[in-house]
Amino acid sequence: MVETAANAVVIENLLKRFGTFVAVDRISLQVRMGEVFGFLGPNGAGKSTTIRMLCGLLRPTGGRATVAGYDVSHRPEQVRQHIGYMSQKFSLYNDLTVIENIRLFAGLYSVARNELHSRVAWALEMAGLEGQQTLITGTLPGGWKQRLALGCAVLHRPPIIFLDEPTSGVDPVSRRRFWELIHQMAEEGVTVFVTTHYMEEAEYCNRLALIDRGKIVSLGTPTELKQDAMRGELLLLECAPLGPALDAVHSLPDVHDAAVFGNALHLVVKNVEAAGPHLRSHLEAKGITISRIERIRPSLEDVFVSLTTERGRQQERES
Amino acid sequence: MSLTRMLVMARKEVVQIMRDPHSLAIVIMMPVILILLFGYGVNLDLKGLPVFVYDCDGTQQSQDLLKHLQASRYFNVVRVVSNYHDLTRAIDDGDARMGVVIPWNFSQRLREGGPVSVQAIVDASDDNTANVLTGYVQSVVQTYSTRIQINWLRSHGVALQPATMNVEIRTWYNEDLESSAFIIPGVLALVMSVIGAFLTSLTIAREWERGTMEQLIATPVTATEIMVGKLVPYFVLGMVETILGALVAIYWFKIPFRGSFLTLMGSSAMFLIVVLSMGFFISVLAKGQFVASQIALLITFLPAFLLSGFLFAIEQMPKPLQVITHIIPARYYVTVLKKIFLKGSPLALLYADLIPLAIFTILLAILATRSFHKRLM
Repeated sequence: MVETAANAVVIENLLKRFGTFVAVDRISLQVRMGEVFGFLGPNGAGKSTTIRMLCGLLRPTGGRATVAGYDVSHRPEQVRQHIGYMSQKFSLYNDLTVIENIRLFAGLYSVARNELHSRVAWALEMAGLEGQQTLITGTLPGGWKQRLALGCAVLHRPPIIFLDEPTSGVDPVSRRRFWELIHQMAEEGVTVFVTTHYMEEAEYCNRLALIDRGKIVSLGTPTELKQDAMRGELLLLECAPLGPALDAVHSLPDVHDAAVFGNALHLVVKNVEAAGPHLRSHLEAKGITISRIERIRPSLEDVFVSLTTERGRQQERES
Repeated sequence: MSLTRMLVMARKEVVQIMRDPHSLAIVIMMPVILILLFGYGVNLDLKGLPVFVYDCDGTQQSQDLLKHLQASRYFNVVRVVSNYHDLTRAIDDGDARMGVVIPWNFSQRLREGGPVSVQAIVDASDDNTANVLTGYVQSVVQTYSTRIQINWLRSHGVALQPATMNVEIRTWYNEDLESSAFIIPGVLALVMSVIGAFLTSLTIAREWERGTMEQLIATPVTATEIMVGKLVPYFVLGMVETILGALVAIYWFKIPFRGSFLTLMGSSAMFLIVVLSMGFFISVLAKGQFVASQIALLITFLPAFLLSGFLFAIEQMPKPLQVITHIIPARYYVTVLKKIFLKGSPLALLYADLIPLAIFTILLAILATRSFHKRLM
């Protein structure tokens, strides 16, 4: 099939229920070969559950998914031959040394004997741990651990890698370095499926799916998401006090949405030119002082907040 | 099945055991402690039981009786007290297991040829000991009494050789009636339960708890490879400890070993597989170190201790308990151990226990293999 050849991951109506709780609610998407695909959402949105189903670690309740052309429900072993997986919690052996961990996973992935030496050296170099192979893994700083875990997950050169919040709890410098590694691998043709709840990391992805409460709320490139998802233009409003200002703008018909970002408000309006003066007079009448008001380019965070709050309101209306 | 993957799993496990002071301590100390504890601490023999004597008579004759009591290896006359009150105090306090009261007219009555009684007060809070004590004291007094009669007859010129009847007792298998001889072989079963079930349940539950299992099952390693790779080091360890335990039993505690070494190894291997499979199965179900280890102790160590016939004879248990012992694999293993060590039974006589043990081995190995899936839930 053309579809499976071009797509590393195909998900159709994938459903996972734990008892009565629906963790993943009939999602569908496709990840192309060689793509860095981001799966973005708050904690508990269903990111890890999805990735675990794709790695054959959890059995889907319904729908289907193929990874590297293999069905995850029926042929999990074939799936595992073709993937590398890094779970959310650091899960190499803390009581083994660096080199023992690498050798263990090389053995488990059946890395060929003639390749073993170069792969081990490669993993050490990638993690920046050359000459430190005899350190006990548990004593390493977080960033090194994460890179070592990535190295161990790709020792067998899998065509697809799944990374579940690989950078959570890691300092910003290490995070950046980690993403450089991800892009390096993508350049070599590896498909990367990565979950994160850091918005700025989502910008590094070729394509993104925003997931919230088990459902995909938006799908596309970061630019597409920003353009499509915001129904209108984004306005930055620096004012004080923030609380009453937020209440005041919500009552305005021109304002589709409003949320607090740091010490300012982000408003979604139909047209900045039309809404600006109206807004100013309305707020000033309520005794709110405005220090800055300007049109800004939406970040993914704006998109995310906008989309998830909209869904929240919808759900409230339905119930 | 890939041998390489199994070997890397096993090697990893060995490194982890060597590096973890807790499991290392259990592996090394537990067998030593158990064997010493049961070799020295648990002694079911009744020897040198403390006895207090209140001798109201205080004559040559009463002293002679006391000497007879003291000569018996079962009694140890700790003290001769001068009043009845001290005697009862000693029994109350547990200083004496038995008090013997020799009446004031003891030698006089004997001279007159009249019947005379010696009072023995026995601490029967432990009924088993009390029964044995009663028996021993009766036999000492009886022997003494017979001697007096013979002496009397002789001194009165009756040259008769009284016809006496004796029971000639031959204690087979455990000639010296040492309780350690039947306890220590059974300790091997306890050691294996600890090494096997307890440690394995910990090591696998630990992988679930720390999240390493998730990483492991996302690799192509199969469930069987994980299981075998993880259990093989413990199997080897268990076999080594069996040999060490047997050596200590034979050379330190001088317990006779009359059977075949091969049978010992074979039955130990089967029992080890039983407990390893149990430990593995438990940890698959429990997934937490604490719960898994507690369950492991509950279903392997305790039955091996209480229901295997290791300390307490199965024939003396209440009927329902006797029935239950049939589903305790340790029962068969302990029986085989005792037969190998003490009786030297040939293989043909061991089938009655070896076959049920083999059935348990196969069943539990299958159960363990089936229980483990490479899924998170």
